[in-house]
Amino acid sequence: MTDAAASRPVAQKVRRPAAGQAAAGRAASPWGFSRSIGRRLTILLAGIAAVLALVSWAMVTSFARAAAERTQDGVLAASALSIAGALGSEQGNIRLELPYSAFAMLDAIGQDRVFYRVATADDTLTGYEDLEVPRLPRTAGEVVTDTIAYRGTTVRVATVTRSVLSGQVPVRIMVSVAQTRSGVDEIAAGLSRSAAALSVGFFLLATGLGWAAARNSLRPLNEIAQAVGRRGPSDLRPVQRDAPGELAPLLAALNRLMERLGASIRRSEDFITEAAHRVRTPLATVRAQAEVALHSAESEEVKATLRRMIRAVDESSRSAGQLLDHATVGFRAETLRAEDLDLAAVIRRVTDGLAPTAEMKDIAFSVSLVPAPMRGDAILLENAVRNVLDNAVKYSPAETVVTVTLERAGSAWRITIRDEGRGFGDAAVPQLVERFRRGANVEKVVGSGLGLTIADEALRAHGGTLTLSPGDNGVGACVTLTLPAA
Amino acid sequence: MCHAHPARRLIAALLLAVLPGVALAQVLEDRRVWPGTGERTIRVISTADIDVFAPFVERIAAERPDLGIDYAVASSAELHRAIAEGASYDLAISSAMDLQFQLANDGLARAHRSDATAGLPGWARWRDLLFAFTAEPAVAVISRARFAGRDRPRNRQDLIALMRTDREAFARAVGTYDVRDSGLGYLFATQEARNSDTYWRLSELMGGLDVQLYCCSAQMIDDVASGRLALAYNVLGSYAMARIARDDRLEILALQDYATVMLRTAFIPASAEDPEGAGAVLDAILRIGMRDDADALPLPPLGAVQGPEATAFGPIRLGPGLLVHLDRLNREAFLAEWSDAMLQ
Amino acid sequence: MRYLLVEDNRELAEAVIARLLLDGHAADHAATLAEARDWLSVADYDLMLLDVMLPDGDGRQFLTEHRATRDLPVIVLTARSQISDRVDTLDLGADDYLTKPFDFAELEARCRAVLRRRSGPSRNEIRLGEALFDPGAGTIDYGNTTLGLRNRELRLLEVFARHKGQILSKSQLIDRLFSQDAEISENAIEVYVGRLRRKLEPAGVRIETVRGIGYRLTTE
Repeated sequence: MTDAAASRPVAQKVRRPAAGQAAAGRAASPWGFSRSIGRRLTILLAGIAAVLALVSWAMVTSFARAAAERTQDGVLAASALSIAGALGSEQGNIRLELPYSAFAMLDAIGQDRVFYRVATADDTLTGYEDLEVPRLPRTAGEVVTDTIAYRGTTVRVATVTRSVLSGQVPVRIMVSVAQTRSGVDEIAAGLSRSAAALSVGFFLLATGLGWAAARNSLRPLNEIAQAVGRRGPSDLRPVQRDAPGELAPLLAALNRLMERLGASIRRSEDFITEAAHRVRTPLATVRAQAEVALHSAESEEVKATLRRMIRAVDESSRSAGQLLDHATVGFRAETLRAEDLDLAAVIRRVTDGLAPTAEMKDIAFSVSLVPAPMRGDAILLENAVRNVLDNAVKYSPAETVVTVTLERAGSAWRITIRDEGRGFGDAAVPQLVERFRRGANVEKVVGSGLGLTIADEALRAHGGTLTLSPGDNGVGACVTLTLPAA
Repeated sequence: MCHAHPARRLIAALLLAVLPGVALAQVLEDRRVWPGTGERTIRVISTADIDVFAPFVERIAAERPDLGIDYAVASSAELHRAIAEGASYDLAISSAMDLQFQLANDGLARAHRSDATAGLPGWARWRDLLFAFTAEPAVAVISRARFAGRDRPRNRQDLIALMRTDREAFARAVGTYDVRDSGLGYLFATQEARNSDTYWRLSELMGGLDVQLYCCSAQMIDDVASGRLALAYNVLGSYAMARIARDDRLEILALQDYATVMLRTAFIPASAEDPEGAGAVLDAILRIGMRDDADALPLPPLGAVQGPEATAFGPIRLGPGLLVHLDRLNREAFLAEWSDAMLQ
Repeated sequence: MRYLLVEDNRELAEAVIARLLLDGHAADHAATLAEARDWLSVADYDLMLLDVMLPDGDGRQFLTEHRATRDLPVIVLTARSQISDRVDTLDLGADDYLTKPFDFAELEARCRAVLRRRSGPSRNEIRLGEALFDPGAGTIDYGNTTLGLRNRELRLLEVFARHKGQILSKSQLIDRLFSQDAEISENAIEVYVGRLRRKLEPAGVRIETVRGIGYRLTTE
């Protein structure tokens, strides 16, 4: 989670409100909303290319077939006309010698079966007697071609008529030449195959170009995404980029969202700050005046009262601080801003900050650190460590040592904080954290419990754990913070 | 072959009576069965004599020993009639290209496709229906005795000149097919007539010399061998060569102007009962037809016809042009002209 | 020592000023950033105590401006959430910070620590008779001997040293050394004074008991 959060901090924040819309979009679009636009565009363009390729293939195929058919019609007509031309009348009888070329030319188209018939209205002169044509030419010289079923196959037949004198009477003679269509089919199929190859080539080319076009037109979008992705965790400045017109609304919406998000974060932080200010400043005033009064007080009784008062102020300011811390931790843990950090530096800052307080009690820190790179929210982690260490200092007697150790434990970093205080006593130690989380008796666990709860939540946000155990030889407390190493 | 002996006809009739499965009566001239190791028998009808086809059977058996061959010999006209009437043969082999073509064109052949058919040159097959496996020229055979001391004519002009100058020597001594009876003779005559007008000049000359007409190549060759004929024109070259190999009275006239080359073709009839087996046998025959060793078998391979006499016109084209001469009117016209020339 | 306190809460400011004066320091109070700028232009200070939330602006921004021109040490007083402010203020150039409400003793301790850090180890040495006291290093040198002091002893000595010759009561010492949330009896002071006295004796530094009043540091 930390990697994704780190690379797209903004997207991370946007995710929650956008989830509903995304679900709605998914339901509405059969393509699936999550599919990339680039892929969708490529598929769409490929689809268009496929349709165009298919259409062009179908058209070429149909043209090729028409052309081949016209060629066949021409050859059939030429054959029929050449036979008709050989018709003659000899001594009153109809005479016909089929010209060799009339049939030989039919070989031109392909190896097709050939049928023919020369007939008068009543009588077949020669050829296939059962070759009937559906219609005859109206005038001499006209050629009619038809596609008919003959002998279990489909044939193309051309028919011409010619009048020849039989005796003294002109007889109308019909010449039909028919041919099967496998040659035409072969020519058409061959051209269709070429067209198909061409169409596939066209399709592949168009798809490739479509892919390139999709990539190219999506580049601005990717650039914006990268620009946003490269940003630091808390960089909510508006994206200032030259974007194509189509992306301007998106960019504007993104910027408005970032603005609102930034404002919302600022409001939350301001609120917490303001709350702290409102609570702490009066407490500080009371405490300061109590201390001044204590200084000038004569009576031991008054002094004791003033001291109790000061302690009560401290206790409540501490509680208020922890409650505010808790709110802040919760807020930050939800919108974890992970960055590269060194856990050792975080711990060092905490020990430096607490050293003067510890010195007041002559408590020494024994710190042993190793460089520990990881990804996380430094402020949260610092808070976790500080809460635990603060407890240790608070509950340690004067002139003792608090040991802080950072070491590698397998794939994790382990921070161990040991004190020589009174430990967790008989209280149900492991439940300290739990009790507060369940919202049980807050009052009783304020102090160590809330601090530990804050630490626990900060650790959980990083995938880490908090473990409490008695100190060595039953003396003091031992708190272990475990965090996954980067 | 056409003038079958009465005894042969009797045998054929007896065979027909005894053997089942022959639905329609055909006039068979000869018949032989080569049993295979299996139960399947491929029924073949062919115009080639048994002794001409026998070497093919040996090679087929080498490829497919399981298939038996039932081989029937018939004239090309009988074969045509049998297939047209739907007799149940698995394979039809004939030298009459035009008749074979007509059967295939009329839808009586079954398509067959295999590696062997794909290997054939384009001119040796028509669609997936009709396949050629030999290329056999028509030749002129002469009697050595009667040509003793003469120069051999080098072309048909020489031959015409020779016959004109020495009419006595050639009177009643020239033989050729009676195209009215012989399908092959008709094919040779029509093709030659179409290609060269020399044919009609030669025919008129032969008619003037009181030409002898025959049904079959074998008898013409017999008569040339015996010296009854000096010249037999348009004899089937494959037969002639087979005879010359064992009869030195005969000689083939090397006419170099042109040659009419016939393709012997085979197809699987639509009525075949075992098309798969027929396909296997056909493939074997086609592979033999595409062999390189020209002399091993009595029938020459497809590649045998080369040289100037073959290249003049090439083999007879397998195509619809063959139908022209089968047309009733054309046949009548051709036979009328032929008769005018030959029967003066 | 002269302090400038920038704090808009008047009651708190008065209490802090009163305490600083009690301890013998000089202190001026500015309720706004404008006043603070005025004070800074007319007087020299040793330390500034700066509240970060002021009516006329953000103390952090002021801190940045201030850091750019002056070297005056600053301790930030913050009422903000403890979380994000600490880092920020230190990054902006504060020397230390203290979260409200704060303990005077801790304030003083932090002030001393800041001044100690700022003045360096050698410049702030205090001569006590024959001995040389270095609060930065927490050591006392006399003759060829260097004496180390524990933290509380060090701070106790620092208090005595800065009020050389003055009598300091037990409760004054408690106020300066211990935070008020700890229950410290006057006996505890006696223990610490006794310990320090024994350590200092060989160096010729004495802590006299003024019976009934308190203690006083003297040198020979």
